[in-house]
Amino acid sequence: MSALFFDDVSVWFGEGRDRVDAVRHANFRVGHGESFGLVGESGSGKSTIMRALTGLAPDWSGRMAVNGNPVRSGHRRDRNFYKSVQMVFQDPYASLHPRQSVDQVLSETLHLHGFRDIEPRIVRLLDDVGLGSAFRFRYPHQLSGGQRQRVAIARALAPEPSILLLDEPTSALDVSVQAEILNLLTDLRAEHKLTFLMVSHDLAVVAHMCERIAVMQAGEIVEVMGVDEMRALTPAHPYTRKLLQASLGYTRG
Amino acid sequence: MTPLLEVEDLWVRFPTRTGILDAVRGVSFTLGRERLGIVGESGSGKSMTGRSILRLIRPPGQVTAAHIRLDGEDLMQKSEAQMRQVRGERISMVMQDPKFSLNPVMSVGDQLIEAWRVHKKGSRSEARERALGMLEAVSIRDPERVMRAHPHELSGGMGQRIMIAMMLIPDPELLIADEPTSALDVSVQAQVLQIMDRLVQDRGMGLIFISHDLNLVADFCDRVLIMYAGRVVETCEADKLHEAKHPYTRGLLNSLPRLDAPQKRLEVLRRDPSWAETPSVRPS
Ligand SMILES: Nc1ncnc2c1ncn2[C@@H]1O[C@H](COP(=O)(O)OP(=O)(O)O)[C@@H](O)[C@H]1O
Ligand SMILES: Nc1ncnc2c1ncn2[C@@H]1O[C@H](COP(=O)(O)OP(=O)(O)O)[C@@H](O)[C@H]1O
Ligand SMILES: [Mg+2]
Ligand SMILES: [Mg+2]
Repeated sequence: MSALFFDDVSVWFGEGRDRVDAVRHANFRVGHGESFGLVGESGSGKSTIMRALTGLAPDWSGRMAVNGNPVRSGHRRDRNFYKSVQMVFQDPYASLHPRQSVDQVLSETLHLHGFRDIEPRIVRLLDDVGLGSAFRFRYPHQLSGGQRQRVAIARALAPEPSILLLDEPTSALDVSVQAEILNLLTDLRAEHKLTFLMVSHDLAVVAHMCERIAVMQAGEIVEVMGVDEMRALTPAHPYTRKLLQASLGYTRG
Repeated sequence: MTPLLEVEDLWVRFPTRTGILDAVRGVSFTLGRERLGIVGESGSGKSMTGRSILRLIRPPGQVTAAHIRLDGEDLMQKSEAQMRQVRGERISMVMQDPKFSLNPVMSVGDQLIEAWRVHKKGSRSEARERALGMLEAVSIRDPERVMRAHPHELSGGMGQRIMIAMMLIPDPELLIADEPTSALDVSVQAQVLQIMDRLVQDRGMGLIFISHDLNLVADFCDRVLIMYAGRVVETCEADKLHEAKHPYTRGLLNSLPRLDAPQKRLEVLRRDPSWAETPSVRPS
């Protein structure tokens, strides 16, 4: 049984003439405790895969399962789903409510998931993400981009999920802050035995974080490779080679 | 020969409740018909440096400089009316997000045509021809369709190319691009850079390219200024950026994950208070 299972998954938006086939016949599995990456140019369908899984893209076909439990069609995911699967997005500015303090964000999430011992959990979550209690009563505008992303990660960890979906989690951050957040994610994965599904346009980031990587092009997974293949620049598919070449630097045309 | 741009001892200050905040502290540099990169973390003063050249710092922010000369003329001495002319015609600026720079309720074509007529006072049909030409110059394949489109109907990469087209209409001597590709993904980024590169070469334009992406600046620019806490801590030839000496620059470079060198943990930047105190260096 895999942590995440995608079998012949297709996802589309709109109907008739306006229909966009965003993901076509995607197949992959992510093992328990594995970190799996999705790369490909913008619009290739990476985020859509995550959104279909979490119910944000309701039109899909095929089969998806989380820890062996089939995901049903439609918008709704039950509380059990969110107990297993949580998401962290690219933009920590957009994903936190400006009028909610860190304390409010975390206690609301903890309440929602039926926890009673809110107080000690908030302290532990802040500690886990390297913020400490000094940040507890701050509002988003009083936090730097990196600190906001730590709050977003704390919120994602609150229900004690086994799987984190990470959509460009460091793309909006300075490289110095990116290093701190990626180190934090590495530590959290080891401590909490987490499974990661991670999207990034930065191939070096994905190589650093993931053991296996799927390459997407125009809605299709064209290749799944091990990180060693990627680092050795010996992928099988010509598109992957092109992508790797582009990431090695801007070349004057 | 006079350089295109000479900036001498530039300061940008903001009065705050707790005292004066020096956002830019004594920055000096000159620019020829070349690509100058400005890199550094967010808050290091890159945008304020770019905007103060155009005298676009809003009060209560204050700009002082010994001089900011464009072709030998001191912009610091110009009236606001004269500055508007400089902004329209001689220096253009492209910002990170085209959504905030394009008019959402006007078609792309009308915006380009209007921009052209403001500067060149030609007929509408002539303006239309030129607008189509501009779109082709920024590698837009179906310019007729794009002319009819509204900004929300365009992808980020397309919007940014149109912004560049718009900024190039007056044929500026200097283009200031502030994180012009940071909102775009790598594949689109490369196209936009190629367009700017060609324009620098074909038109002999000067370019100030502001970015937080060290690899991009190393590949794309001729020279680089590295900023920290409002100061220039180091300058170098862009292709020597990876041999940079300053511990701040080294720290930034070392914090990047690398495809060719796996690491267990990424190096974390350790800041030294002295970096912010040493006076700005000036490019040799
Ligand atoms: N809500 C939506 N409505 C219509 N099309 C969409 C929507 N969301 C995404 N798409 C389209 O689906 C495709 C895949 O998008 P996405 O998964 O966001 O790409 P990626 O994350 O790889 O950049 C793109 O063509 C995009 O325009
Ligand atoms: N209106 C303002 N009032 C006070 N400080 C400001 C204002 N605008 C910018 N700053 C400060 O100026 C510094 C430099 O900002 P900026 O040039 O935008 O940085 P960068 O572009 O390198 O991210 C930052 O520390 C920022 O907080
Ligand atoms: Mg995406
Ligand atoms: Mg800026």
